[in-house]
Amino acid sequence: MSEISTELVRHLAGLARIDLSDSELESLTGELAQIVDSIAKVSEVATPDVPATSHPIPLTNVFREDEVRPSLTVEQALSGAPEREGDRFKVASILDEEQ
Amino acid sequence: MTDLTRLTAAELAEKLAAREISSVEATQAHLDRIAAVDGDVHAFLHVSDHALETALAIDQRRAAGEQLGELAGVPVAIKDVLATNDMPSTSGSKILEGWLPPYDATVVARLREAGLVPLGKTNMDEFAMGSSTEHSAYGPTHNPWDLARTPGGSGGGSSAAVAAFEAPIALGSDTGGSIRQPAAVTGSVGVKPTYGGVSRYGAIALASSLDQVGPVSRTVLDAGLLHDVIGGHDPLDSTSLTDQWPSMAAAARKGATGDLLKRLRVGVVKELSGADGGFQAGVKQRFDETVAALTAAGAEIVEVAAPSFEYAVAAYYLILPAEASSNLARMDSVRFGLRVKPEGGPVTVERVMSATRDAGFGAEVKRRIILGTYALSAGYYDAYYGSAQKVRTLIQQDFAKAFAQADVLISPAAPTTAFELGSLVNDPLAMYLNDVTTIPANLAGIPGMAIPMGLAPEDGLPVGLQLLAPAREDARLYEAGAAIETLLTDSWGHSLLSQAPALKEVAR
Repeated sequence: MSEISTELVRHLAGLARIDLSDSELESLTGELAQIVDSIAKVSEVATPDVPATSHPIPLTNVFREDEVRPSLTVEQALSGAPEREGDRFKVASILDEEQ
Repeated sequence: MTDLTRLTAAELAEKLAAREISSVEATQAHLDRIAAVDGDVHAFLHVSDHALETALAIDQRRAAGEQLGELAGVPVAIKDVLATNDMPSTSGSKILEGWLPPYDATVVARLREAGLVPLGKTNMDEFAMGSSTEHSAYGPTHNPWDLARTPGGSGGGSSAAVAAFEAPIALGSDTGGSIRQPAAVTGSVGVKPTYGGVSRYGAIALASSLDQVGPVSRTVLDAGLLHDVIGGHDPLDSTSLTDQWPSMAAAARKGATGDLLKRLRVGVVKELSGADGGFQAGVKQRFDETVAALTAAGAEIVEVAAPSFEYAVAAYYLILPAEASSNLARMDSVRFGLRVKPEGGPVTVERVMSATRDAGFGAEVKRRIILGTYALSAGYYDAYYGSAQKVRTLIQQDFAKAFAQADVLISPAAPTTAFELGSLVNDPLAMYLNDVTTIPANLAGIPGMAIPMGLAPEDGLPVGLQLLAPAREDARLYEAGAAIETLLTDSWGHSLLSQAPALKEVAR
């Protein structure tokens, strides 16, 4: 009954920013359909009267004093950068020519 | 001379404090053992090249009369999910190959402050997604009991390291059983603390509402000693609890006297008892024998029902992928890790990102990110993610009812003994079911422990017992765990791991 199609997986891969080959798309479509069928049963017991739990041990807002604390230096922050220019991370163009 | 790798962390600590041995000797013994057996076991992704320097510094501080922590000078292995500023931290992924974090995880910083000696980083399923370490981008770890079998996962590197006597203790992380299931299948001990009891700062996030860092060891006392070092509030983790915690080591020492069993109410979770099948025969047999041994020791056994547990795995495989797909968005080729240029076409940051994530992520990671993206997408959110969160509430309610009748709950820690490498890796759904016994604790945030309860008669491989306690009652877990550990090892006349076959040592 699953509605997982190759087109849907291609769309999801685009949203998730992962290039997938055609063979990956095909195998993932089958696997996801099977997984989604098996996990869809959660809706059987999720009736409107049951509240949702997002966090296992509830905490209210956690604040701290607004004080300057030690943090990474610029060099530390850039130490793992694939590419840098001066004190900045360097990336490829944000927009392609058509945009 | 005693083989120092056979000693527990508590025994090493005692000899170090008495200056019968030095930390350099203890550290060298473990480095030698790693060199001799890790070619076969592959528990480590990286072995520290300055562990001996660290050990020497501790020896010098001790010689100078400085008061040191109980575990000062004891070697420790660290799961690669934890950031270490002096060793690469990859979380088992190619996308972070060689990444040297500019900071330490809080738990690692606490190890260093307490004078422990990091030996290296242990193998794991990529980003902790898996139950066998076969999803590591760097090849699987092998179970020291049988090298053709998996050591469990995701923390199979840490469990194999302690089971193979390459380290007395190690750090792990447990999102759905990644500390407890590996402990079960390697005959070692592992504890998932109460959610928020141990800092997650610097633990490369898988599913933030489920992840918890905890100790891996060969005895309950050693786990307690390590828990005491890493636990407690951390302002750098906004979900860290501000509770004052009792000493887990003290609880383990108290439990080891065995008095507790006479007044302990032990709940057997019907849905996790194997009564309805689904568990390997030898696992069920050892569990039933353990229940009988507890009864004979004076414990009160009560059967408790947890009807919502049937939905736990399904809820988990919605919540985990949803949170993981969001957390792993940071692997974006911009600030750290791999960057791959796309083939042909315009080179934009978005295309670089997509090419990088294709090249850097393994199949299981891609599968879960796509699943999480689906579960969170418009039109499906309420049906899937929203429903899964409601199941979480139902599971918490089941636990609340169960703990009204029992002090601790028990079940097998894994449905089978260690399975063969390659046997489940292409069947994601079957792999997911390995965590059926451990997942409910993560969904509810409660603490859980796995300890050995014997060898399955049919294959001679370790079987683990899981203990669960209410949230914030970690000390109760250590007390009960140590009591049961003592009961069982006394009945066997030896520790379970002493029965593991000898590993072939490579001549140096």
